[in-house]
Amino acid sequence: MSTRRPRIRRHFGLRLSTWAVLAFLHFPILIVALYAFTTEDAAFSFPPPGLTLEWFGVAWSNGAVRDALYLSLRVATTATAIALVLGTMAAAAVWRRPFFGREAVSLFIVLPIALPGIITGISLRSAIALGNIPFSFWTIVIGHATFCVAIAYNNVVARMRRTSPSLLEASADLGANGWQTFRHVLLPQIRPALIAGGMLAFALSFDEIIVTTFTAGNQQTLPIWMFSSLVRPRQRPMTNVVALLIVALTFIPILLATRMTRNTEGS
Amino acid sequence: MVIESTNVGRIGRISGALHRRPGLRLLLLLGLPALWLVGVYGGSLLALLWQSFFSLDEFSGNVNRDLTLETWGDLFTDSNISIAIRTLSMATAVTIGAAVIAFPIAYYTVRYAGPRLRAAFFVLILIPLWSSYLVRVYAWKLILAREGILFWFVDTLGLNFLLDAALSAPGIGGPSLSASALGQFFVFTYIWLPYMILPVYTALERVPRSYLEASADLGARPAQTFRTVIWPLAIPGIAAGSIFTFSLTLGDYIIPTIIGDSSPFIGLAIYSYQGVAGNLPLAAAFSFVPIVIMVIYLILARRAGAFDAL
Repeated sequence: MSTRRPRIRRHFGLRLSTWAVLAFLHFPILIVALYAFTTEDAAFSFPPPGLTLEWFGVAWSNGAVRDALYLSLRVATTATAIALVLGTMAAAAVWRRPFFGREAVSLFIVLPIALPGIITGISLRSAIALGNIPFSFWTIVIGHATFCVAIAYNNVVARMRRTSPSLLEASADLGANGWQTFRHVLLPQIRPALIAGGMLAFALSFDEIIVTTFTAGNQQTLPIWMFSSLVRPRQRPMTNVVALLIVALTFIPILLATRMTRNTEGS
Repeated sequence: MVIESTNVGRIGRISGALHRRPGLRLLLLLGLPALWLVGVYGGSLLALLWQSFFSLDEFSGNVNRDLTLETWGDLFTDSNISIAIRTLSMATAVTIGAAVIAFPIAYYTVRYAGPRLRAAFFVLILIPLWSSYLVRVYAWKLILAREGILFWFVDTLGLNFLLDAALSAPGIGGPSLSASALGQFFVFTYIWLPYMILPVYTALERVPRSYLEASADLGARPAQTFRTVIWPLAIPGIAAGSIFTFSLTLGDYIIPTIIGDSSPFIGLAIYSYQGVAGNLPLAAAFSFVPIVIMVIYLILARRAGAFDAL
């Protein structure tokens, strides 16, 4: 008995702090949700003096917001697709056989997320300036894909390391060629990692503002629209609505992705 | 059917040939990612270095493309050095703050939470990470403002004197939390916290239960097991997390723009040099400050085993 009681108490303290941190993580998102309905259009008063749905209509009829959303979705999709292909290839290359320079390769792949985003941004900006390259959809995508590769690679290589090599040997023993082994043995194994890595890459690209500022020129992704409207207080109610919209739009895919990865992981 | 079987046959022949030549297979697998990373990313880093040897013509405001050390000379001014020191202090404080908050939650989730609760926690930690970074920074502007919820709460509890004392502290205070270094620290820690929780969680999850049992069987008390088994195995996770918290703080210019007393950080300085000032060479030279810091940091973190915990 005497050994059990302190354990329970420590347990309780840990549980309390865990829930407190979780609340701390989610509280700001709830605040944004609340402020999207406030009747105020210039201040941040709490409690809000009144609630209204007016700003939703205002934001929806704004062409700049819709264009920015569309551009962000296209960029994130393209960057994620590139990242998944390149990340999986790199992971497959470094996974099993050690080779000269393998350490250097894995270090170089994580460099874009290990170095601050502003370095990636200013480097691409320098290359664009040096080569007199015009800003375009593709300059944004290239910037995003560069750090998304690291995310995809990390997820896939971690999953591959947990895959038993004997599965692949069994597949080869049963007469499967390399492609068949990849398609029917390795791919089902790494699918959860591809989904999780893809979702994470998509979310990071959709959110990305630091790299984007340097590679977008005058184009506006949704984060850039938000950032520039933060400087202009008159658009504040619309900013609140857009913020809530972004949170709502990212919430559903995350839940789906975690559910999918959990199901395949369990079986 | 026929087409498919010839396809499989062709793919089979190719993969057979690749199996016999592992070097060629490696080249094909690694070629494209390497080309992308070395070509685009490595090339851009070189462009950055090159750009830093250009200079700004003070009269015309145009970039002069003759190679010179002039810009690098402009870098080491007192104000730039104090910017670097301020940023480093903040990055260190944020990393420690995030580690202190992250460890208990990761430890509790791994050790005591059941599988269902653990899955729920995992989702609850991931959601903020994947919800818009900008939205969450903005949310803190709403929370920390003079008329915002935090001040309202403190006022309702009658604890104004505590907050006023914190805000009048030199160096970290300001007119309101949203315009002080203290508020900046809160927001940085909050924003990067999931990046710390996840690697620590992964590191703790990898500690085999048999180690703990072995430790107990050998007579270690829970505190001893924690100190000699769990803690050393958690360090790579903390080191991995600290790469993110440290590096992200070094380069961020969004949080110092929206929250704080508008004293410049490295990221903000680079951003304004290339933007408003139109001095891309100085921005390029300045960005080698965080690069050098991060290279040193990565070497140290690697020694602590951070790369195995990523």
